Amino acid sequence: MLIKIAKASDCKEFEVTPESIYLSRRRLLGGTLLAAAASGLPAWASAADPSRYADVPAGSAPSWLATQLQDTRWQAMTVKGEDITPYQDATHYNNFYEFGTDKGDPAANAGSLKTEPWSVVIDGEVAKPGRYTLEDVVKPHQLEERIYRLRCVEAWSMVIPWIGFPISSLLKQVEPTSKAKYVRFETLQDPKSMPGQRSSFALIDWPYAEGLRLDEAMNPLAILAVGMYGRELPNQNGAPLRLMVPWKYGFKSAKSIVRISLVAEQPATTWQSIAASEYGFYANVNPQVDHPRWTQARERRLPSSLFKPNVRDTLMFNGYADEVASLYAGMDLRKNY
Amino acid sequence: MRFPVWRIGVFLAVLAWPLFWLYQAWSLVLGPDPGKVLVDRLGLGTLILLLVTLCLTPLQRMTGWAGWFFVRRQLGLWTFTYVTLHLCAYLVFVLGLDWGQLGVELQKRPYIIVGSLAFLLLAALAVTSNRYSQRRLGRRWKTLHKSMYLVVILGLVHFLWIVRADLEEWSIYAACAGFLLILRLPAVARHLPRVAGRKTVSAKNS
Repeated sequence: MLIKIAKASDCKEFEVTPESIYLSRRRLLGGTLLAAAASGLPAWASAADPSRYADVPAGSAPSWLATQLQDTRWQAMTVKGEDITPYQDATHYNNFYEFGTDKGDPAANAGSLKTEPWSVVIDGEVAKPGRYTLEDVVKPHQLEERIYRLRCVEAWSMVIPWIGFPISSLLKQVEPTSKAKYVRFETLQDPKSMPGQRSSFALIDWPYAEGLRLDEAMNPLAILAVGMYGRELPNQNGAPLRLMVPWKYGFKSAKSIVRISLVAEQPATTWQSIAASEYGFYANVNPQVDHPRWTQARERRLPSSLFKPNVRDTLMFNGYADEVASLYAGMDLRKNY
Repeated sequence: MRFPVWRIGVFLAVLAWPLFWLYQAWSLVLGPDPGKVLVDRLGLGTLILLLVTLCLTPLQRMTGWAGWFFVRRQLGLWTFTYVTLHLCAYLVFVLGLDWGQLGVELQKRPYIIVGSLAFLLLAALAVTSNRYSQRRLGRRWKTLHKSMYLVVILGLVHFLWIVRADLEEWSIYAACAGFLLILRLPAVARHLPRVAGRKTVSAKNS
């Protein structure tokens, strides 16, 4: 199964680059030349490099990450014929309830998040548990740019160029035991820097927790992201380390991760605990299974202008059925929503 | 016309908001999903107008100033205008004018059903807001227009069922509505303090 999946993504790499529609050939050539030229420059020149994407402010990544970001395998995976969401929209229209429930709250409030130093506890059913620094977690892996559709359970969607590495390569490094069946991800709990966690009306029992079945986490599409739009993650997008599982609704992809636990039982996840009838453990993007309060058949692809609303059909598994449908063979997806 | 400055002032103040939001959407400051922002703001605007309208009677009782009643019909009709715009924005920006989907939503989503019910009630109140209807319906007119209280409750339920994870904002509106509705209880209404002026018995202008 894994071999077949790897093949599918290999194929995409090769065919997509020349066919890319969101970048014209000329701009693509220019970008490639620039990247080639930049790779010849010493590291100190990196801050002045023009961004690969329009209107992206320069990041301020720690130097080890900045260096590693430069060696990213660009466009390792792309989406054909769909525009990338502008950086401004991807960073100012966010659900990150730790910083407030309005879409603009994370951009307004996440400046208080301290992402350095950062460590991640990896525990549970693993041979090498421990508290790892972010550098230890990220350093061993080749970063790749993965341009994915992001489909929110609220029926809007974006296309975002993430930078990260497959979770599978981290898991192999820490060696799950035979008892490990699920992976649980936990977001930072820090009411001092996260105003949403101070609200006494919040229905969420902090910290935010999400989970995947081990074979889902091992799928090559599932990544841990450290950057987007050619730079490190902005705080409001889940800095410094977040999950990105493109065939599931956005809430599955936990942000600002501080703990990764390999567990034997299906972990309790945040949204499922609040409203199990609305948010299942699997939460695969599925146009045939409605959220009880709204339809999932269609989505608003953002930006969606007032005079030309950009409403489109939602795709099964968010368009990644070839890669992931086999994970759910024989399962009733109406029951396991 | 009595209180011309007051009445025109209220008119302009309520008119200004949707125009301002449209201007904001036009100049792209509402973010990547301006349609949804408009739907939400028009919905919240409707609820606020309902609450403001509910303030008029207690304010009149407390201050004795007749001006409060002179904007009551106007604010009621504004409420209906806002809710109509809210509905239109929902149909265009959320449903993409997919009428088949509207049928599905009307059957399956409790918050849509409750919202539609509130809209129909407000439409009935708007249609019967003229003097002719007041005369025709006589006593029943007042009973009909008391369904305004029901509209407020339906609106709050509609709002509650959209909340995903934080009840703070909703609780504030619900508390205001609860307070204003309690003031309607005869036992409470009788004890409203009078701040100034004489008590006016006539409420004929409503």
